[in-house]
Amino acid sequence: MFDNVWLIPLFPLLGFLINGLLGKVIRNERVIGGIGSLALFASFVLSCVTLGNLILLPAGDRVHNVTLFTWISAGTFRADAAFLIDPLSCVMLMVVTGVGFLIHIYSIGYMKGEEGFYRFFAYMNLFSFAMLLLVMGNNLLLMFVGWEGVGLCSYLLIGYYFHKKSACDAGKKAFVMNRVGDFGFLLGIFTLYWYLGQSHGIWTIQFTELAGLADILPTGGVVTIITLFFFLGATGKSAQIPLLTWLPDAMEGPTPVSALIHAATMVTAGVYMIARMNFLFVRAPETMLTVALVGGATALFAATIGTAQNDIKRVLAYSTVSQLGYMFLAMGVGAFSAGIFHLVTHAFFKACLFLGSGAVIHSMQHALHHAHSPADPQDMRNMGGLKARMPRTYWTFFIATVAIAGIPPFAGFFSKDEILWQAFANPLHGNLNYLLWGLGALAACLTAFYMFRLLFMTFHGDCRITSEAMEHLQESPKVIVYPLIVLAFMSAIGGFIGMPRVFGAANLFARFLDPVFSFSAEYMKGSQAVEAHSPILEWGLMGASVGMAAIGIAIASTMYIRNKSLPGRFVAAFPLIYRAVFNKWYLDEIYDFLIVNPCKATARFLWKGFDVVVVDGLVDSTATLIMGASRLLKNTQTGYVYNYALSMAIGVVVIFVLYIFR
Amino acid sequence: MPALHDYLIVAAILFAIGAVGVLTRRNAIVIFMCIELMLNAVNLTFVAFSRYLGNIDGEIFVLFVMTVAACEAAVGLALMIAFYKNRESIDVEELNLMKW
Repeated sequence: MFDNVWLIPLFPLLGFLINGLLGKVIRNERVIGGIGSLALFASFVLSCVTLGNLILLPAGDRVHNVTLFTWISAGTFRADAAFLIDPLSCVMLMVVTGVGFLIHIYSIGYMKGEEGFYRFFAYMNLFSFAMLLLVMGNNLLLMFVGWEGVGLCSYLLIGYYFHKKSACDAGKKAFVMNRVGDFGFLLGIFTLYWYLGQSHGIWTIQFTELAGLADILPTGGVVTIITLFFFLGATGKSAQIPLLTWLPDAMEGPTPVSALIHAATMVTAGVYMIARMNFLFVRAPETMLTVALVGGATALFAATIGTAQNDIKRVLAYSTVSQLGYMFLAMGVGAFSAGIFHLVTHAFFKACLFLGSGAVIHSMQHALHHAHSPADPQDMRNMGGLKARMPRTYWTFFIATVAIAGIPPFAGFFSKDEILWQAFANPLHGNLNYLLWGLGALAACLTAFYMFRLLFMTFHGDCRITSEAMEHLQESPKVIVYPLIVLAFMSAIGGFIGMPRVFGAANLFARFLDPVFSFSAEYMKGSQAVEAHSPILEWGLMGASVGMAAIGIAIASTMYIRNKSLPGRFVAAFPLIYRAVFNKWYLDEIYDFLIVNPCKATARFLWKGFDVVVVDGLVDSTATLIMGASRLLKNTQTGYVYNYALSMAIGVVVIFVLYIFR
Repeated sequence: MPALHDYLIVAAILFAIGAVGVLTRRNAIVIFMCIELMLNAVNLTFVAFSRYLGNIDGEIFVLFVMTVAACEAAVGLALMIAFYKNRESIDVEELNLMKW
């Protein structure tokens, strides 16, 4: 029934090959963009069909492995090119192909006139292929192939404007930090494989087989080490503390790249991976605590930085890091389906926000170009009052902003609230869950604040660019606006599939994902006291989170609409805090001091001290030695015949002597 | 009558004188003369042994050596004439091109 799922990653791969190899020849932008988008559309349709087929099956029969061919089979090690179709992978498929398709359509309009148009679409399709491999792979190795592939495409696309040094640097930074995480991921795979093989004689890296082995794994010990390695990989890919600084720099890439890769899909790979290996993580309480704390801390940390940024894309980048922190917080308290739910809703509203900001930047660039102004089109201090000139962009942006702030009944409210509720009520971490809830709630307040600050600064108030430039500000073309509308619609209604039971509705989303997390749910129920299920507490917390969001919005509107001098006065009153927050708590500088500069010094030593002195010295001294020897030996070839006669005579004498005294 | 070793010692001394002459003298003709001296020393040795051992083989071999000596002297002098035509000198110190 699922025999054709291999076509889902195939279409983007074909799109990559056609656009990559023939793109320079097909110079028609519509055709190139059409091929790229059509590939994603075909994958999307197939994903819908797969999801439909899966839903039609009874709940117990929803895990299928579809093998394409045997890829590696060496002794006990076996890895197939095979795909795992289960509720979790179907959800991820829908997100990747659906949001990906919309972003491809948007890119046709956004990247119009760019010189490397075909290159963009080729890389985007390659990325989609790698991401689909990641979410559909049925073993750790195939997932890792996709993992690396998305890292590569991220590098290629961030450095898309390769003439700019800052873009190339950002691409390298992203790739290197990802690589550090990948190292952890690999160590996790190796340790898991080796441990299972040595201790239990079972050699496998396939997900369904691993899930079946879940009950024979011990608690803590080796499993903690394995899961910590995996979590290191997740922090690299999903930009958590300590590997988060690449994501804001990644905004050097074109906006559709930021939307697809750094909001909706690649950065969610870490969350997906933890969800996939949930049976392993529940067995390691220390790791769960680490994951939750890192997630919560990152959520708060990034939210604080986002409040002071002036570049519209930077704010959204830190917002992404913060929301990913929420997802990891959910994973860390065992609320796996809540984390995935937030992943899905986040994909909708974050993609909508990024695409909307792209539309704004596009129009600003157009306007500033006509006015011959050198101002930065991405700086919010140059914007304002765009609401009247770009109404459709404004309304979609508004809907997405309300969604991310967590206001009911939009999507973000249900998912974020579910996470906060689980963090508060789940007894997995004893009394620390109050701290976790506190981190999440505070971050929610800050999220609402900086998102509405962004909205007000960009769209409301007076226009801060010259009136000549304002003449040229206009609404974006349809191909840009329609995806925004679709994504805004999904942000608005997408939450209803995950409505919690307190509202009286069945939580369809969590129920759908139950088979994937069933072991974990039972394990947690078995090992801890059953969580408090009081509805009053739940309503109370819900009210609290809405209240925090409302406070954030109120502060934002006071500071940016009613009393515009307040931000300036605030900055003047707390200069140190402002500077720390504006400079991302000097995290990049700290890393430079602790890691980058020592690395550079080591490299310089290895170059000047070792490579030049020792290696080159060895080679040079060999040459010098031979030259010295030859200088000695050349004295035998004088060219004088009588010298040669002498050597002949000496030779005769030597042979004679040897012959006599033998 | 002189014993065998007397002849051999004389021949050895002649041979040594000839060898030193070949290695030391600068005039090519003198070198040829010294070569002849060496060859004749060898001839003396052969004849002495032939007489001492009562064998005629040594004397036959002397005839060979003399023939070879004559031919070799002819060739060597022809070489020297060619060399003289080139360099106007028969000083062996000018034979210094055999180094590449």
